[in-house]
Amino acid sequence: MATPTLDKVEDAKPASAPSPYITVTFRIRRYNPEISSEAEWQDFPIEIDPKERVLDGLHKIKWETDGTLTFRRSCAHGICGSDAMRINGKNRLACKTLIKDINPEKPITIEAIKGLTVLKDLVVDMDPFFQAYRDVMPFLITKGNEPTRERLQSAEDRERFDDTTKCILCAACTSSCPVFWNDGQYFGPAAIVNAHRFIFDSRDEGGEQRLEILNDKDGVWRCRTTFNCTDACPRGIEVTKAIQEVKRALITRRF
Amino acid sequence: MSAETTSAVGPVEGERLYDVDNPAPLIEPPRKRTKKSPKTARTNFELYGWLFMRLSGIVLVVLVLGHLLIQLVLDGGVSKIGFAFVAGRWASPFWQTWDLLMLWLAMLHGANGLRTVINDYAERPTTRFWLKNLLYTATVFTVLLGTLVIFTFDPNIR
Ligand code: SF4
Ligand code: FES
Repeated sequence: MATPTLDKVEDAKPASAPSPYITVTFRIRRYNPEISSEAEWQDFPIEIDPKERVLDGLHKIKWETDGTLTFRRSCAHGICGSDAMRINGKNRLACKTLIKDINPEKPITIEAIKGLTVLKDLVVDMDPFFQAYRDVMPFLITKGNEPTRERLQSAEDRERFDDTTKCILCAACTSSCPVFWNDGQYFGPAAIVNAHRFIFDSRDEGGEQRLEILNDKDGVWRCRTTFNCTDACPRGIEVTKAIQEVKRALITRRF
Repeated sequence: MSAETTSAVGPVEGERLYDVDNPAPLIEPPRKRTKKSPKTARTNFELYGWLFMRLSGIVLVVLVLGHLLIQLVLDGGVSKIGFAFVAGRWASPFWQTWDLLMLWLAMLHGANGLRTVINDYAERPTTRFWLKNLLYTATVFTVLLGTLVIFTFDPNIR
């Protein structure tokens, strides 16, 4: 996949513009149940500018080398939350990870996020993840008649839950949690973050119900404050802090 | 099962086990989330368990460090410990209470910690069941035996 035009340009002025392209090895965990019951690592050497993102590398492989490589992506700009994957052992969004930031000298390992059923290559079954999300009732709950005007809220009240409104439901946090790896019944950080967003919203009146749900034996008390979720979150949400705030709310509610 | 379509993995020797109509079974993670959130375990048990771990931990720091200090450091160290020493201490209700409290708190704290470890690591329901059974039996046995000894200790047994 040499790029003749670029090479020509370089020939014209060799000293001033060195090629930005380097060879990077993408070591991808492939799995296709229609071929084999075993997942296996496959190496893809690619020529790429290290200032590009891991997602661009995956595109290059899919479009130019092996069209069967399967992964999810939509926006490619860190908004839709569909391309969380385990890159060099850490959960990240492929579209927000620059190749130069993760040591391109060594092979870059890419695999599906853990704790969810792998369907093919990097695609996992997200249903259990969204089931936990739905179970915390992530919508505004109010009592009484609908007001005729907008529900007003002070800037401080809005600030209270600002951090947890940023979630894009990418599952990077939940699938980085060692408790979740071994026990899928745990609600997981993402569900708790989204419950937090409504529990601490002054306009919402369903906080009591949500706290009751998270008081479950597989709710917040299973959190071991490992901080993997906070490390993984591509939106920089302080996930563990949000979980601790829910725990505190549960305790102050009782005593 | 003709291998007409070429696969990404390349030609495989012999007949392929899996194909489009007959895919391999997917590997599901341990204890995959059930469709509806189970409403059964909505009790405060885990809340109290969590609080108990914090509070008993604080008390145990004092009790256990004090215990170690008295037993191993003060008054000639470990060599002083014998039947007479234990008999002398348990003659006072203060040390009886101290040891009783330490026994109960340490055993429950440890048992709850191990229960958490089993919950986190044991994947199959039968493994979970038997490990917890073993844990609870051992805990109850140790707590009851220890309590019995503290209360019925007879210094004139010899
Ligand atoms: S909290 Fe962060 S890591 Fe977790 S789902 Fe939301 S955006 Fe992703
Ligand atoms: S593709 Fe949308 S978040 Fe990465």
